[in-house]
Amino acid sequence: MHETGTLPGVDEAVALGLTREEYALVVEKLGRPPNEVELAMFSLLWSEHCAYKHSKKLLRTLPTDGAHVVMGPGENAGAVDVGGGLACAFKVESHNHPSAVEPFQGAATGVGGILRDIFALGARPIAVLDSLRFGEPEASGRSRYLLDRAVAGIGHYGNSVGVPTVGGEVGFEGPYEHNCLVNAMALGVAPRERLIRSAAAGAGNVVVLFGAATGRDGIGGASVLASAELGEGDEEKRPTVQVGDPFAGKLLLECSLELLERGLLVALQDLGAAGLTSSASEMASKGGVGIDLDVARVPLRESGMEPFEIMVSESQERMLCVVEPDRVDEALAVCARWELHGTAIGAVTDSGRMRIFAGDELVGDVPVAALVDECPLYDLAPARPSRPLYPAPAATLAPGAGVEEALLALLRAPNLASRRALFEQYDCLVQSRTVRRPEDADSAVLALPDGSALAVTIDGDGRRVAADPYRGTIEAVLEGAANLACVGAEPLGLTNNLNFGNPEKPHVAWQLTEAVRGLGDACRALGVPVTGGNVSLYNEAVAGPIYPTPVVGMVGRLPDLAHAGVAGFAREGDLVALVGWDAAPALAAGELSKLRGEPLPGGLPGVDLERVVATLAAVRDAVRAGALSSCHDVARGGFLVAVAEACLAGGVGAELDLGAPMSASGGRARAPDDPWTHLFGERPGGFVVSGERAALDELGARTPLDVFGTVGGGALELAVGGVRAAWSLDALRDAHAALAALFP
Amino acid sequence: MKFGVIRFPGSCDEVDAQLAAARVGEAVLLWHADLDLQGVDAVIVPGGFSYGDYLRVGAIARFAPIMGPVTEFAREGGLVLGICNGFQVLCEAGLLPGALLPNVGLRFVCRQVGVEVLDAETSFTRACGAGDVLSIPVKHTTGRYHPPPGFDPALAVLRYAPGENPNGSEHDIAGVRNEEGNVLGLMPHPEHAVDERTGSADGLALFASMALTYPYPSAVGGHGYA
Repeated sequence: MHETGTLPGVDEAVALGLTREEYALVVEKLGRPPNEVELAMFSLLWSEHCAYKHSKKLLRTLPTDGAHVVMGPGENAGAVDVGGGLACAFKVESHNHPSAVEPFQGAATGVGGILRDIFALGARPIAVLDSLRFGEPEASGRSRYLLDRAVAGIGHYGNSVGVPTVGGEVGFEGPYEHNCLVNAMALGVAPRERLIRSAAAGAGNVVVLFGAATGRDGIGGASVLASAELGEGDEEKRPTVQVGDPFAGKLLLECSLELLERGLLVALQDLGAAGLTSSASEMASKGGVGIDLDVARVPLRESGMEPFEIMVSESQERMLCVVEPDRVDEALAVCARWELHGTAIGAVTDSGRMRIFAGDELVGDVPVAALVDECPLYDLAPARPSRPLYPAPAATLAPGAGVEEALLALLRAPNLASRRALFEQYDCLVQSRTVRRPEDADSAVLALPDGSALAVTIDGDGRRVAADPYRGTIEAVLEGAANLACVGAEPLGLTNNLNFGNPEKPHVAWQLTEAVRGLGDACRALGVPVTGGNVSLYNEAVAGPIYPTPVVGMVGRLPDLAHAGVAGFAREGDLVALVGWDAAPALAAGELSKLRGEPLPGGLPGVDLERVVATLAAVRDAVRAGALSSCHDVARGGFLVAVAEACLAGGVGAELDLGAPMSASGGRARAPDDPWTHLFGERPGGFVVSGERAALDELGARTPLDVFGTVGGGALELAVGGVRAAWSLDALRDAHAALAALFP
Repeated sequence: MKFGVIRFPGSCDEVDAQLAAARVGEAVLLWHADLDLQGVDAVIVPGGFSYGDYLRVGAIARFAPIMGPVTEFAREGGLVLGICNGFQVLCEAGLLPGALLPNVGLRFVCRQVGVEVLDAETSFTRACGAGDVLSIPVKHTTGRYHPPPGFDPALAVLRYAPGENPNGSEHDIAGVRNEEGNVLGLMPHPEHAVDERTGSADGLALFASMALTYPYPSAVGGHGYA
């Protein structure tokens, strides 16, 4: 190989994020020291972000098989069969560190990136959801800024590309103050036989790069930004954050789908983290082939770019595809019609090597396997922490507050207040298939052509996972399944984003190990396969790690969209029942406990998975049958918050008498011992439903069910253990609108 | 009745508009770079972010090749409906009076609103009754209607129901027509309100009105109908 100048050494490798041992291994695999281009490629593909080197062994323990699975982990996204000849591709990904440095572009390109993963499979994206975490918005101007700009960035991209943002969640906790989380999920649909894989094939076939031109933006994003802790001077890392152009993204989407519709492609892959290096070598690896690329042919946004810069640039809105030689002209014509660059930049070979040329000059030559498959994987050294890792939150509820004030404080709390001010900034309607919009129901519901529907939800609660990584993660999965059950959907598949701190620290390794164990156990209990996901580690700053935050995205199906459930009370005179709980909930680690400034407990109560799964099935069947007027799961804040939310969503009051529960199924009624625990305690598997007596009796025959009141009036009225309280709907609505003040 | 819906680079709602129009007639997509209106009886300029909304909303799309024949079609009396970005494009093209400014809140807003029919005699509203309030969503950042000096209030065909103006439009104006009455622009999205199962079917009335208008008087010749 032609060489000019001196070769980079181990110090340069360390500066790019490799360890000294990893550098030595690279030298061993090449049989010589890598040059600048090769070192840049290894530093990216051997980064945590690309190689999953601290998590891959754990992820292998997750269940990935299921009757509906069309594509499992390893492709750009997972996919499940949704009937009618259609498959649904879906995946969640994080863009945490870019968003902490530059929230608008970080969040926008997070959406752009996950959308490319979906249409890289040949599926038209039909929905975006997001899962966000910030510090306390009232206490922190920085958190308000990050929230405002991240929401604007998500809207900017999703709205502009014509994909509805149909749901999501946001949480506010002190440990996210310096390391916010921005996770974006997308799903798409395609005729099952049109899904395409990313494996390159056919020596002599042409490699075509299409989309935007390549610039210097995002260089080193995967290694420098995504695989290290945040710290001082992160503003200087702004050049590593990519800049998104949703207009180009929209053209890329339409162009990709047209190329596939015309049957012009052998393989398709998006360019994400680590740019051309990652895309080309992963396509080669999956196909067991080699690829030759000529960087001199890559359309550039600026002059004078070095070959290594072209290979690692994370410029957005680009795709790589493999085309048979006699179809290249037609493929390039499609690109031109969409006003995108389309350029043949290389060829598939049978060499098993990635060879990089700059014109006639060979500037890099590495075995594909070494680059993609032979990064060392590390065992974690988990150790349960001996002391609490997180300080108690500041108390925001006066110690003597009564039930009346407590409910209002909960509805006002950033974690529970209405998200309307956020989601109104997203187009939730485009493509005209949104049957349930945000706050209509516990899951978003999207119509399919045959009259069935998809339901989708994204969930996670870092505080409860911090209290108990194993059980907290089980709860996150159950929350997703409960949200699906509320609209009558059964889960088909699950994607997850594991947001954790530095896995090289034993306590974070323990959180991660326990969380993955919980994720696997919950998925097995529900019979839901993990079809893909993402791992985001090193989420910590000077103050310490974030709450361990597994985020679970779940896709389900319901047979008849006409029977999609709603969360809000719908009919005066309906009975209100609490379904599913066979034991009292607990206040510890709940939202009320946070408002009281209490520290996290050293564990959560156990969950009888089998019982919860049975309850989910019973609730789902009742909703599908159209038997219930409303169904809403009891989550953050507990039972009374769930009832208040059902009142607000339906615009109607309710009268509850918890002192004298009327059992629908006979004999199961219990008077609550401690009203506070009953009203505000949290545990999985509970639902607030409303409907007629006969329907509740039928549901009560399958799962614990207690009737506690009736729907009606303009107020929520409560009698419990000698306590009486009442809230007008207006008072509830005012409290619930607290977040609107952040978006004047 | 054959509708043609323009597809610009960056259009997002063209397929929804096509499907909505197809409920009352035939509907085809028209490519922005073409000069052929394919003999359509009405043109819909759809919502989205044509050319990324770069420079200024609608400012680039008005120069698209297809806009030449569309302008000629409108001048000859052909029905042209502009929705959201399409409304902005038609204002930029001078086919409708006034301009759309950034919302008073300066944020994108997606919300179901009540839209009152002020004039039920137009080619776009004749299936409605005067005073009807239609439930139709809005979704835009630049939807604050600003009429030109001396604006004739009779050109305001649609307005937001009391208290539901989402963007600060003057006089709560949601949709305006040209003086001849054959071009209408509105910010709400009737194409997203054609099925109760996705929220509302009230928007269908606008497409149905256009279909009721067909066939046109003979003054509008030369576009595939006699």
